[in-house]
Amino acid sequence: MISTEPNLVLVGVNHKSTPVEIREKLAFNQVKLEASLEHLVGYPEITENIILSTCNRVEIYARVDNTDQGIQLLKDFICDYHGISRGSLDQYFYSYCDNQAIEHLFRVSASLDSMILGEAQILGQVKDAYSTARASSSTGLVLNQLFEKAFNVAKKIREETGISERGVSISSAAVELAKKIFEDLENHSVMLVGTGEMAELAAKHLISYGVKTVYVASRTFERAASLAQSLNGCALDFEAFKEDLYRADIVITSTSAPNFIISKEMIEHAIHKRKNKPIFLIDIAVPRDIAPDVNDLENVYLYDIDDLQNVVNANMEERQKEAENAMEIVQQEVTKFNDWFSTLDAVPTIVEMRNRAEVMRKSEVDKTLKTLTHLSADDQKAVHQLTQSLVNKILHKPTINLKKKTQSQDGHVYLKAIRHLFHLDD
Amino acid sequence: MDKVSFNLSLLSYLVASLGYFVYLAYRRPLVSTFAGWMVAIGLLCQTLTIGIRSSQTGHGPYTSSFEVALFLAWLMVVVYILTEWKYKIKNLGAFVIPLVFVVLLFSAFLSKDVVLVYESSEMRFWLTLHRTLSILGYAAFSIAFAAGIMYLIQEHQVKTKKLGIMYFRMPSLEVLDDLNFKVIIIGFPLFTLGFMTGSISNMQLNQSFFSWDLTRTLPLVATWLIYSLVFFGRMMVGLRGKKAAQGAILGFVTVIGTYFLHTL
Repeated sequence: MISTEPNLVLVGVNHKSTPVEIREKLAFNQVKLEASLEHLVGYPEITENIILSTCNRVEIYARVDNTDQGIQLLKDFICDYHGISRGSLDQYFYSYCDNQAIEHLFRVSASLDSMILGEAQILGQVKDAYSTARASSSTGLVLNQLFEKAFNVAKKIREETGISERGVSISSAAVELAKKIFEDLENHSVMLVGTGEMAELAAKHLISYGVKTVYVASRTFERAASLAQSLNGCALDFEAFKEDLYRADIVITSTSAPNFIISKEMIEHAIHKRKNKPIFLIDIAVPRDIAPDVNDLENVYLYDIDDLQNVVNANMEERQKEAENAMEIVQQEVTKFNDWFSTLDAVPTIVEMRNRAEVMRKSEVDKTLKTLTHLSADDQKAVHQLTQSLVNKILHKPTINLKKKTQSQDGHVYLKAIRHLFHLDD
Repeated sequence: MDKVSFNLSLLSYLVASLGYFVYLAYRRPLVSTFAGWMVAIGLLCQTLTIGIRSSQTGHGPYTSSFEVALFLAWLMVVVYILTEWKYKIKNLGAFVIPLVFVVLLFSAFLSKDVVLVYESSEMRFWLTLHRTLSILGYAAFSIAFAAGIMYLIQEHQVKTKKLGIMYFRMPSLEVLDDLNFKVIIIGFPLFTLGFMTGSISNMQLNQSFFSWDLTRTLPLVATWLIYSLVFFGRMMVGLRGKKAAQGAILGFVTVIGTYFLHTL
């Protein structure tokens, strides 16, 4: 018999529940993933499944006939597959069903369950897992709908909350600031004074956002030249960089000089030459390279390493706050999805439809029988039987077909149509 | 009828302003779209008001103080919509539409009496030109004012390194500075032409109707000076950023002040 009760379960381990030594043993190799999915579909109790395996989590989402049995089955499968005994792993697994499983997937896709809140990578990984599963035909109505919904929810959260917009690394915070000062980085230039690793990283980040012109100055010219070459920029003589300061929109300093190498006067001179075009100074050096009073100048924005770190910290906190807003969206969407999910269950609809028909049949027959007083009790019974079997015959095919159709992609459409046609939701 | 449409436009702008504030604070894209529609409805109702009023008075909406405020608010919305359509400035609506609402609300308290004008057709030509150009200029200045406020908020955050919600929700300094300049580059020549045509019509009056009134003319000259500083300052010595924003704000405050002097 076809199950009309959709049970959704999820079994998994993640970076919170499980140390990396265990997680790495449980990871599903991308190459063998399709074979694993097909293997799982082979179980008669499992109708649909998707395996999500990343460096931070291994999770299997499945539609099963029986929740408890399904969970055990999935745990066994993970352990057997990797040849590890179940006993040692049981403590690490978490499992959710229905509502909780839906919520979990929404949270994972929206990066609310990630190590770095709001990071963008996870959504791509979930999408990959889904398309691999679809390609190996291990998904069906429920998981397709669930995952498509999860992508929508993730997109909505990205758009409506600030969960992803705040940089949580020094270089991403610096790029954000540059974009808030200059908007489009494409026609802007960056100058590196000193060739520290962090400065190089920040420069690369800026270049990836469109910065085209790069100048590099270093006390050792060879070092400047080699870095300039790798960044497709031009090396400057260290003594001369001060004269060229005005050319740069963004200056990143990271020398090991014991004193300030850029003074207020120098920047004043540069800004004058730039006709007041803004200049963004990033001082990553410790001890600092740029005199702090430079920030008092108009159209000059100076951030040292501590300032950037403070921005990063504040951003992290802000992401945490945004995560709470995001959770509200998740809750709303879980409820919505659940409404749809519960309509998948054909049985209540069938019962309601039949009850409705029976009530109508009975009231019509009773009305008629009142006028046919000459009928004997047996005759009356025969009329009842006749009408009952009529109703049964009429509803037989719709019932069978409805049960069948609820298993298909557009099952919910049929259910909705039936509920509408028979006025079941009044 | 014109009363109904006036009130409807006032209400629409209020709702739109609130919508933009909500969007600024909580950013729900639907709210922003809704606010956009409210602005459109407000503009439609206001156009109707101006149309009805003009057909009643037989002249354009710039003779009484009420009409000037009504027309200014209308042009502000038109210029705002054009700006938004062309440059898509994040959250500009939250700063412009409340201003429109205030201007319109203020006009509601002004006398609705029709000011009868007796003027020759040549006179009428110069005066119409003067009024239309000036009010267009003011509308452009109002956008510069909003851009200036936004610039100062954003600049303050980046400068003091306290990056709040506004930092993320508002455009970059460059975009705001650019917008400031773009609208002043349009507004300043319009305003100057308006000023000149005003003088021409004034001279045509042969100083019999009213003579050069210092209390009325001086603020106008001050306004012109402020905007010319911003305008030529940018062109010649690269006056930009904070000073340009402050200039745009000061300029518009003077405009409002001048208007009050004329009204009261």
